[in-house]
Amino acid sequence: MAVQVATNLFTGEGNATRLLAGRRRTDGKLRFPYPTGPEADEFELIELSPRGKLWSWTVQRFRPKSPFNGNGGEMDFKPYGVGYVELANELIVEGRIVADDFAALKIGQPMRITTEAYRENADGEAVLTYAFTPDAEGHSA
Amino acid sequence: MTAVHIVGAGIHPFGRTEGSTGLDQGVFAIRQALDDAGLDWSQMEFGYGGSSAAGAADAVLPRLGLTGMQFINVNNGCATGGSSILSGYAAIKSGEFDIGIVVGFDKHPRGAFNADPEASGLPRWYGETGMMLTTQFFANKINRYMALNGIKAETLGQVAEKAFENGAVTPHSWRKSPVSLDTIMNAQMVSDPLTKFMFCSPAEGGVALILASDRKMRELGLSGPRVRGAAIRTRPAGSFEVFAPALEIERGKSATQLASAAAWEMAGVGPSDIDVAQLQDTESGAEIMHMAENGFCADGEQGDMIARGDTRIGGKLPINTDGGCLACGEPIGASGLRQIYENVEQLRGRAHGRQVADAALAYSQVYGAPGISGCVVLER
Repeated sequence: MAVQVATNLFTGEGNATRLLAGRRRTDGKLRFPYPTGPEADEFELIELSPRGKLWSWTVQRFRPKSPFNGNGGEMDFKPYGVGYVELANELIVEGRIVADDFAALKIGQPMRITTEAYRENADGEAVLTYAFTPDAEGHSA
Repeated sequence: MTAVHIVGAGIHPFGRTEGSTGLDQGVFAIRQALDDAGLDWSQMEFGYGGSSAAGAADAVLPRLGLTGMQFINVNNGCATGGSSILSGYAAIKSGEFDIGIVVGFDKHPRGAFNADPEASGLPRWYGETGMMLTTQFFANKINRYMALNGIKAETLGQVAEKAFENGAVTPHSWRKSPVSLDTIMNAQMVSDPLTKFMFCSPAEGGVALILASDRKMRELGLSGPRVRGAAIRTRPAGSFEVFAPALEIERGKSATQLASAAAWEMAGVGPSDIDVAQLQDTESGAEIMHMAENGFCADGEQGDMIARGDTRIGGKLPINTDGGCLACGEPIGASGLRQIYENVEQLRGRAHGRQVADAALAYSQVYGAPGISGCVVLER
């Protein structure tokens, strides 16, 4: 059983993942992540496009300090990608990047949303966060 | 309008000093600045000071004398030093005070800076999933900039090579040894495309500057560079800044572009008039992008300029003549004031071993999270 890292962040898993955001009722302006607290009343919860284009990227090569709580210690830390994906007419969203070969990433290439089990919780359940991955089908909405 | 001058400057060497607190280093810098001007602490009418990780700056007061002076603690991220000097500048320009001091010091633990999502108004998951690192922002920003403007990885290396070369001849720098381009390029990758030699490290240090009105300066028989322009701006809509989970599709200007435009206007001079510049080089890419954001070149021209040696001492526009953040390290509270200290030394002809010949106009730009930039134009 997998759990999500936060509520109102995304729905589904893998290819079925949908990123959530807020749309301000007064002017339609989009906000990611969906706001918490009293500000949330101003926003309706909407789904963002599952596909977009790579806007920029990098690779996190050392294990971050707290509050990072992902898998791997100092010795067995596995580098992960972090980048931005432009969702047409919506937002440019930051996320972890899942890719076989980071060096092959190209700005502008089609990407799609997915999930990544970035750690296990105390009960041994996978904790999912959203991520972007190259879109093999080549669509870029 | 009252002109504001920097009549005294002091620095505690940057780097690591065992057994010396950040506060000790701030007090050291203040004493040196007072000695430089031949003034006594009791003559200071006001103080502005900041530290990010070494306690409240007004803790210098009991060490130097409880004179009852106005002292205000400043905390504005990496732009803390820039904010302190702007506050001191405004205090004199307004006519409220005639002479005072600005100070910045810090002492950070080794390794990358810790980030606290809640303190930045961000959700916990943003930090927990490993996206709240300043290093990632800088890498993402330069990676896109390189792709769009044809900047090569080697240019990143050349910026670091120059920084260590300048640091090697600077008394207050941390890194005292030149590093070869090969070593820089082949070093461990920290956040692609930036290797470990292309990033500055958190460090320690202290800087103090004494500001005075032109009237007070003459009265005391002192001299020093004049502040021709000083401005701080925060991020406008559409800018790409550190710790941003999402950006708007429509791109806009940066905090640095706004701050530099304001500083140029106030100073009544432009980038082509500048003889020496200190630009925030948190990593190699920042120096490259800040060259364009401050108006010293168009996007994409940096590769040729840097390859030609334009930004080296002896070149057309020497940048980061003391090695910048790359060779001096980053004590957050002191970093922005170090840039101004270096410009004061250059304009006074005291930058031995790294002196820019006939430097008359100097520029500095500090950048900090979550999107603040502070620019200062000094005239000899």
